Amino acid sequence: MNLLSVKNLSVMYDNLLAAENISFDVAEGDYICIVGENGSGKSTVLKGILGLVPLKSGTVEYIYPVSKTDIGYLPQQTSLQKDFPASVYEVVLSGCLNADKTKWFYNKNDKQTALKNMEKLEILELKNKSYRDLSGGQQQRVLLARALCSAKKLIMLDEPVTGLDPMVSDKMYQIISEINKKTGISVVMVSHDVESAVKYADKILHLDTKMQFFGTTSDYLSSDIGRGFVGGRI
Amino acid sequence: MFIEFLSYPFVQRAILVGSLVAVCAALLGVSLVLKRYSMIGDGLSHVGFAAMSIGVAFNKAPLFVAIPVVIIAAFLLLRLSENGKIKGDAAIAMISSSSIAVAMIVVSLQGGMNTDIYDFMFGSILAVNKSEVIAAIVMAAVIIPLYIICYNKIFSITFDEAFSKATGIKTNFYNTLLALLTAVTVVVGMRLIGTLLISSLIIFPCLTAMRVFKSYKKVVICSAILAILGVVIGISASCVLSIPAGSSIVVTNLLMFIIFTIIGKIK
Repeated sequence: MNLLSVKNLSVMYDNLLAAENISFDVAEGDYICIVGENGSGKSTVLKGILGLVPLKSGTVEYIYPVSKTDIGYLPQQTSLQKDFPASVYEVVLSGCLNADKTKWFYNKNDKQTALKNMEKLEILELKNKSYRDLSGGQQQRVLLARALCSAKKLIMLDEPVTGLDPMVSDKMYQIISEINKKTGISVVMVSHDVESAVKYADKILHLDTKMQFFGTTSDYLSSDIGRGFVGGRI
Repeated sequence: MFIEFLSYPFVQRAILVGSLVAVCAALLGVSLVLKRYSMIGDGLSHVGFAAMSIGVAFNKAPLFVAIPVVIIAAFLLLRLSENGKIKGDAAIAMISSSSIAVAMIVVSLQGGMNTDIYDFMFGSILAVNKSEVIAAIVMAAVIIPLYIICYNKIFSITFDEAFSKATGIKTNFYNTLLALLTAVTVVVGMRLIGTLLISSLIIFPCLTAMRVFKSYKKVVICSAILAILGVVIGISASCVLSIPAGSSIVVTNLLMFIIFTIIGKIK
């Protein structure tokens, strides 16, 4: 069953065409990695799908019964957050807010969801710590826990391991893979780390402004473009 | 001597009105400071100063001229910094200085400085009249409950606008609301402590609270309490030491900031 259908998407970024004519579907349980060189429009496509940058043309359609409020998002961290006074619990809980426009306060369910996701990501003991005092890896887990609170069907991640050391990155990939396998939540991840992408993802979307490849990982590895892009690195 | 001062109705009025405005400014200030919009209060107060001077020149009630003008300026400032064509801080500096220039031209055509203009610059909290008391009460009665209702959404948008927007929160609506409420607070507040000092009511409480507290909720609550303390101590000191009330409130805020910084370092 498809959750999301992207058709002929083109996005402008700073007066340049950053992504042109991108089409793909996200099905239930998919783990899709968007790969490509720097400046190939990976993040821009994700932002276009999420409605953070205006589309030049094309459509993004959530397929009923999926809606925009069923998705979770792990953005790249902003410089504002480095000095932000917020407890881990406050940040994670804020992921529960989007489900209902008229919802102003958290109910018991929300609090349980937040605690459950913190437990899943092994950050429960950090609950009352300040977000700004955490390490980079811990911060990413907090943001992932928040994303899981809002994700019912689909989670979108923008370079989730940027700035993390290799051990912590591996752990992060394992957590994401586990979420995908165990809970069936579909994953769409932008990554510059193509080795891990082909290791964990079952589908690859390769961009270079235009769409170069979309299909299963094994097809990608036997395609010319896949061999060329991955080959030089492994 | 202090208790004696407190029995004067004008001191009571000043403390009431000052506290209401200061709490509103401090609550909105938490978001503005954390979103790096601290200078917006400063920019808006200068626009308000220009609007009030023009209002006085044409014998209109200055408050009613200033509020719509400042609201429009608030929208413009937010739009400018969002589009990124001109950086936010540069846009604010541009609007601030232009406003002061326009205001001074109007003032000089009017025959130079008078007490009204002086009050707009430095405030006159000890001389608030009945309509200003009512304006402050109505403003606080709208802003404080609205802030409490929207508290969780404001937190989410302040912490991470991209996440909020991507997952379906109407971020534009809340940003607009924030700009609108800030504009009203600035105009009502500048009448009290002055154009040159109003932005301190917005930024000081949050910055001070952040030195010691590490969760958002504690920072918000502490900011509101510090805002009231700043007004009460500031006005008392101004009566006892015969110094200008507006400046006294700002210096009180500065001292509290220094004390909290030291506590934060020791902790």
